[in-house]
Amino acid sequence: MAHISAGICTSHVPAIGAALDGGKTQDAYWKPLFAGYEFSKHWMAAQRPDVVLLVYNDHATAFSLDIVPTFALGCGERFAPADEGWGPRPVPAVEGHPELAAHIAQSVIQQDFDLTIVNRMDVDHGLTVPLSLMFGQPQAWPVRVIPLAVNVVLYPPPSGRRCFELGRAIRRAVESFEGDLNVQVWGTGGMSHQLQGPRAGLINQAWDNAFFDRLISDAEGLSRIPHLEYMREAGSEGIELVMWLVMRGALNERVRPVHRFYHVPASNTAVGHLILENST
Amino acid sequence: MPLDKPYKRIPGTTIFDAEQARRGYHLNQFCMSLMKPDNRARFKADERTFLDQWPLSEEQKQAVRARDYNRLIELGGNIYFLSKLFSSDGKSFQQAAAQMTGMSQQDYAAMMLSGGRSPNGWRDIAERS
Repeated sequence: MAHISAGICTSHVPAIGAALDGGKTQDAYWKPLFAGYEFSKHWMAAQRPDVVLLVYNDHATAFSLDIVPTFALGCGERFAPADEGWGPRPVPAVEGHPELAAHIAQSVIQQDFDLTIVNRMDVDHGLTVPLSLMFGQPQAWPVRVIPLAVNVVLYPPPSGRRCFELGRAIRRAVESFEGDLNVQVWGTGGMSHQLQGPRAGLINQAWDNAFFDRLISDAEGLSRIPHLEYMREAGSEGIELVMWLVMRGALNERVRPVHRFYHVPASNTAVGHLILENST
Repeated sequence: MPLDKPYKRIPGTTIFDAEQARRGYHLNQFCMSLMKPDNRARFKADERTFLDQWPLSEEQKQAVRARDYNRLIELGGNIYFLSKLFSSDGKSFQQAAAQMTGMSQQDYAAMMLSGGRSPNGWRDIAERS
């Protein structure tokens, strides 16, 4: 049977992708950030997951305001890196896992989560930057990816609680799939940042670090904080952090943190990264 | 019963909710059209003519011409859609953010390097009067 072995969360700042693609990882500005992912790449090489269910948000790329799905599951065979207005990132196409994705869709909808099914969409930096951070710059991604796009652009996004419960439903779905697959769930975006208005540039290190602590040991309680607290304490775009709760809901109640990294700034954003293994 | 919108008390912040999205639908769709090189070229060649093809309000058109991002957000723009507009001008998120705060690029970049803007004093409009 398929199983979920670990969860990862990481920010997905577009400037990180631009720095990687532009060969700037050793610049003084970027070096400390990329150093925080060195452990992760080694850890990942030993884990060899078959599939990553990657929770991210589209940034007005695949979805305009014509259609705004709250949860959209990528069930296609292949997803192309999007042209976000300055040409697509020079990264490999993302290979999906249509069989597992179809299984998850059917199982999760029958558990009362009304997913939108997407067979064709391009994926933006929200999905490709985390892949680059965890796998570097290979010719082909060494894993299949099932994208789960969450609306966090048009308010209101789903609640933290709903995201956490969706993670639990995804876990039940994965564990009922016949096929011996090692699956990871990633939650991306965050941490504190605000990109708009006179309050732009907001960073809340104390709140971000408390979020890390509670994600590890009090996820149930953390999942109950209201949207208002994210927006007030972590900035209007910090609300992306609800996506980390999908990842957390898919893991055991007890988890083992094997890597934790926090860095300010990447452009306008506090970067957070955590690797959690399922404790047995 | 009216909807509760407690986030309106967060100073210097406009949450892109359903009401803002309704107001800004065409504005945001215009911005999105700039992802296509053809549209970018037509917009750059004659901004006014390109804008007149969209059902935008005169205020929205003028705010686009002025690249007044705070005003565009007030008129229903969302930052991820507006990013297509400032990217067309060769500007980054950090440059656009600095402009919206009224700080110089240099001062804004220095603030970020020293840990960003503290939330203290920025949680509620009462703190800023």
